[in-house]
Amino acid sequence: MDFLVFQYPMITLQACLDGILLGVLFALIAYGMALQWGVMNIINIAQGDLVILGGYIAYFMYLYGIHPAWGVIVAPVIMYFVGIAIYKLVINKVVDRDLFISILATFGISILFMQLMNFAFGADVVLANSGYGTTMLFDNNVVLPNSKIFSAFISIVFAVCLVIYMKKSKLGRAIRATAQNARAAKILGVDTEKVYAATFGINAALCGVAGALISITFTIHPYMGLPYTIRSFMIVIVAGLGNLPGVAMSGMGLGVFEEFADYILGTEFRIGSVFLLLVLILVYRRFKLSRKREYLK
Amino acid sequence: MNKNFILYAVILIFGLAAPFLFPAFKVQLSILCVLIVLATTWNIQGGEMGYNSFGNILFYGLGMYLCASVQVGMFFPLAEWTESGGEKTFVHTPTQFFQGMAVGLVVAALVPTIVAGLIGYSILGLRGHYFAICTLGLGVAAGEISGGIEIIGAGQGFTTPPFPNVGSLEARGEFFYFLSFFTLVLTFIAVRSIYSTRFKLILNAIRDNEDKAEAMGIETMKYKIIGWMISAFFCGLAGGIMGGLVGYIDSTDVAFDGREMGVFMVLMAILGGKGTLWGPIIGATIFHIFKEGFWTFFLGWQYVALGVLIVVIVIYFPEGIMGWLREKYPERFGEVVDEKDRKAQVELK
Repeated sequence: MDFLVFQYPMITLQACLDGILLGVLFALIAYGMALQWGVMNIINIAQGDLVILGGYIAYFMYLYGIHPAWGVIVAPVIMYFVGIAIYKLVINKVVDRDLFISILATFGISILFMQLMNFAFGADVVLANSGYGTTMLFDNNVVLPNSKIFSAFISIVFAVCLVIYMKKSKLGRAIRATAQNARAAKILGVDTEKVYAATFGINAALCGVAGALISITFTIHPYMGLPYTIRSFMIVIVAGLGNLPGVAMSGMGLGVFEEFADYILGTEFRIGSVFLLLVLILVYRRFKLSRKREYLK
Repeated sequence: MNKNFILYAVILIFGLAAPFLFPAFKVQLSILCVLIVLATTWNIQGGEMGYNSFGNILFYGLGMYLCASVQVGMFFPLAEWTESGGEKTFVHTPTQFFQGMAVGLVVAALVPTIVAGLIGYSILGLRGHYFAICTLGLGVAAGEISGGIEIIGAGQGFTTPPFPNVGSLEARGEFFYFLSFFTLVLTFIAVRSIYSTRFKLILNAIRDNEDKAEAMGIETMKYKIIGWMISAFFCGLAGGIMGGLVGYIDSTDVAFDGREMGVFMVLMAILGGKGTLWGPIIGATIFHIFKEGFWTFFLGWQYVALGVLIVVIVIYFPEGIMGWLREKYPERFGEVVDEKDRKAQVELK
């Protein structure tokens, strides 16, 4: 443990900025999770693995000489169809069932994906080098890689586009209607099966975008999926379903928390601290609600 | 009752004779015993109480580390042991080994129980999927954190004391087999006697409707914690034995292995049938045979098979083998069936 990070304002600032740029990415993944949780009432443990798969798409484009930033366009298209395939094969059988069933089923998908990616892409930690250089701020005391700024910018663009799409388009309205009341939507002629498939596809596409950005800015590895799932779950329960500004804010908060945990506790405890934070948040919420004799639903 | 007695006697005799009948499978049989213990105790709070936990792996890993650390730490400096990384600078004499193991197992069983009691009040207040995710987080966090602690080997792992030379070469396998078989018998007796008391009914009431159970004057929180503590006790014990059996402890691959053992125990209980006494035992046996077959013949593809297996079991057999049998032969389970009613149902189908 060392708290030196707080004694140098420049390092503190660096950690904050890094955290915010990272948090925007988390918020994008969490937005996808909130979407499908809200619409289909499913908790997708394979969320993180979809992210990593998206990352590998961008990485492969990089390997074949295409600039990895184009992965931001290609990955969501491929991931949309992967998402639809997963929905058709597995998810549509667990939609109306107990939530635990969906958790366990998607856990199975997650293990499957992890291992398939391990076979296909190898167990090395890889990153797609974008060659964007860095930006120096405050007399060269704060160093920000341009790729991080790029990824935060792209995430915001995608999130804004999606929000507008959900508000204006026909499918967006159908999705929102299904989220409010699936039965009523069905009566009024919404094909909920199609809506569910589209929702899961959109969620997977968002994961694809986030994954492509992560492969540019950070590193990817076949087994790194679960922390992303837990992060997005945490962001969603802190913000609440359907609270978009909340998702953005808590995503950034989580990013900053992680950067500071990294500085204070050391890198080896970074993932551990994320999981512990989840437990602490859940326990805090539980005690707060139990005063009113309620519980988390 | 009489029929059951004969059944138990046959199983007991078979269990005691097994290592001599199949000497090549001693380690596999010991692992099977441990798996059955884990599945049966997961069933106490997963099946009977309705609190689906992914986090019992926490107690299992804790027991594993505690047993090994006590066994080493009682006689030698622990830090130097892990530093040397399995080289035989310190050698346990047989007396030291068995004394250490005995004390280690007691600690490995008691500390997780206390831990479960301490965290139980906060965590068991969560319900349904929040409990599941919270315990999942707990298990992974424990693995990540123990992977960063130097004294128990951090990233490079912890070698448990090698079995001492007591004359015969077969002794190691037999010792661990009888240890795990004894634990299995103990678990079975404990669980069976629990299931014949009011306590089981309370657990079932909590599963079926916790609010109503509370309204009926049951202190649900107390019973939930006790249920979890019983699970933790046997998980810790199983972990301690497994640590000695495997001979090497790694934070994320052996001890807090949420991807393998943590899911296995849930899967075995569901495969056999949640909320039954025999379900987890049958499920664990079938699962173990299947798994070993796969692990041997399709090496490398085992996780792919595991993933597919989870999805298939969860989607198509959520009631498990016992649930299927129960639907097919309800009379055997002591359910009174109206013949007319049943025929009508069959016709409806």
